[in-house]
Amino acid sequence: MSPILSVRDLKVHFPVSGGIFHRQVGSVRAVDGVSFDIAPGETLGLVGESGCGKSTLGKAIVRLNDANEGSIHFKDRDITRLGRGAMRPLRKELQMIFQDPVESLNARHSVREIIEEPLLIHGMSSSGQRRKRVDELLEKVGLQSAAADRYPFEFSGGQRQRIGIARAIALNPKLIVCDEAVSALDVSVQSQVLNLLLELQSDLKLSYLFIAHNLAVVKHISDRVAVMYLGKIVEMADADAIYHRPKHAYTKALLSAIPEPDPTLEKKRILLEGDVPSPIDPPKGSAFGHRISHPRYEETIGADLSLREIEPRHWVAADPCCLEAADWERISKMVA
Amino acid sequence: MTEPLLQVRDLITAFDTDAGLVRAVDQVNFDIARGKTLGIVGESGCGKSVTAMSIVRLLPQPSGKILQGEVNFKGRDLTKLKPEQIRKVRGNEIGVIFQEPMTALNPVHRIGKQLAECFMIHKNMSKRDAWHAGVEMLKLVKIPAPELRAGDYPHQLSGGMRQRVVIAMALALRPDLVIADEPTTALDVTVQAQILDLMKRLQAEMGMSLMLITHDLGVIAETCDEVVVMYAGRVVERAPVKELFARPLHAYTRGLLASIPRMETERKTVLPVIPGMVASLKDLVPGCRFCQRLDRQISRLLRERPPFIQVSPGHWVEACPSCYASTEV
Repeated sequence: MSPILSVRDLKVHFPVSGGIFHRQVGSVRAVDGVSFDIAPGETLGLVGESGCGKSTLGKAIVRLNDANEGSIHFKDRDITRLGRGAMRPLRKELQMIFQDPVESLNARHSVREIIEEPLLIHGMSSSGQRRKRVDELLEKVGLQSAAADRYPFEFSGGQRQRIGIARAIALNPKLIVCDEAVSALDVSVQSQVLNLLLELQSDLKLSYLFIAHNLAVVKHISDRVAVMYLGKIVEMADADAIYHRPKHAYTKALLSAIPEPDPTLEKKRILLEGDVPSPIDPPKGSAFGHRISHPRYEETIGADLSLREIEPRHWVAADPCCLEAADWERISKMVA
Repeated sequence: MTEPLLQVRDLITAFDTDAGLVRAVDQVNFDIARGKTLGIVGESGCGKSVTAMSIVRLLPQPSGKILQGEVNFKGRDLTKLKPEQIRKVRGNEIGVIFQEPMTALNPVHRIGKQLAECFMIHKNMSKRDAWHAGVEMLKLVKIPAPELRAGDYPHQLSGGMRQRVVIAMALALRPDLVIADEPTTALDVTVQAQILDLMKRLQAEMGMSLMLITHDLGVIAETCDEVVVMYAGRVVERAPVKELFARPLHAYTRGLLASIPRMETERKTVLPVIPGMVASLKDLVPGCRFCQRLDRQISRLLRERPPFIQVSPGHWVEACPSCYASTEV
């Protein structure tokens, strides 16, 4: 089956200006060579710490950011450089849900107007039809149809996120990019919204790119998970494999840092020193090897650290600083 | 048994709103023992932050008021202190750490100066000595190159570094109690792990008590000795941490524990949810508020406040016949 989304060597760089003439003095390499596919009906989870470029990547896919290099294919069509007009018919099928339901909903529009807007833009001209569709959508996301005539501020955070979801699914999309869609919600509401997303996925055969920093949540909703560090994917595998058999040192550190809701558990924690390095002036070799001052860091300068398939469907960066000896041996044979 | 460091008794805190006086904290009781960590967990609007703000008397003015109750701290009732007296208690004896470090730091002063001020004001140190004491504190919270960093402004530091500075300020005067309100919520998991580790280590070294407010049950499980679960302005359950996770008695605590996805939860399965949502503070019933959320139409339960009873040593629960009995299966 051909993938619904296919991203190859994607780079998104932002210019940094400085000095008294505001010339460009450098660039933030927010997304720096990322490749992955998403199959129809599949959820790819994307995790990483703030500033790793995961949101920029999500926005680039729905074309809210422009890519500098690389390609994005959606349903076998190259959308990397499509203009606004050419992109419009595709937007029906490619939607996004944002973290903050307060900021992403127009406060001066009623819920009906908010959900109706995409229908109107995409040519559903009969108001009766639109009314019917809005009622249908509200029911689908678990809100009463009376909600349609109220305004966003009258709803709680979880309900607002449901409104955002109703808007996103209004045009029967194929792929939804969920950027920290449940992060701002309380735990009891978060589980309601996660259940809703899973239910919609099986009803509507949706694919998700699910971006979040909470690894337990990502594991729950995803089929596969990609771990991002400083603009690059360092490991990508089936969700269970990532959590039970992580290969990359950063994935391991990230997993060990999650506080588990079990006070009887004695955890061995890998404490990382320092913060994520700046994407303006990233280390020349392995970014994570640099952070942990790995003795083999020098070897990684100029080396090809791209992903290799160490086990079937399990990809990891070919980075001697971040792999155990046995894994590195297998990988280095592939590199050679 | 020795006297607890802090005793909160029947605390009621209310806010003046257009809808009249609403109680954000409604008769809350708990203790914090010396050298121990108490966690307060609950969802947004449950009154956990207002409880903390009531203890140190930092309620928004003029709308926030303590209507009733006592906060006994080292033999004094903090609710009765004059403003200048409570100011001395804050910082000297109780340190406070907030979620967003930028609100606690002054953006136009170097962090070294802000730290030095604590020592100059509260300890009457000279400017020079105070600066050095500040640098020592930065060293204690493991800020690399503290002598250099002391000259930085808050915006020059990362989120994790800023939170370390705030912790340094809260601990500078070696308080007996530190109140931390969502201290790691705004941070990444790896940085959160560093900060929690740091706080635990400093607590062990200094022997202070910690009151940790969070919505994250994982953080609670890893750091606390005792836990208070709040719902709609009230404590619904209170227990030692292992007891609470092993034998949650209140339906709300059970629902909360069940609804978080864990590493061992099977992927893509339906998570248990708590139906309904918290009623608005001005519509809360006098009786069991969790019954109100679940739409249980038993008028007696909604009218009368359930008693708060001790079920086993240190394990307290709001004994609503429905929410508590339903857990006895």
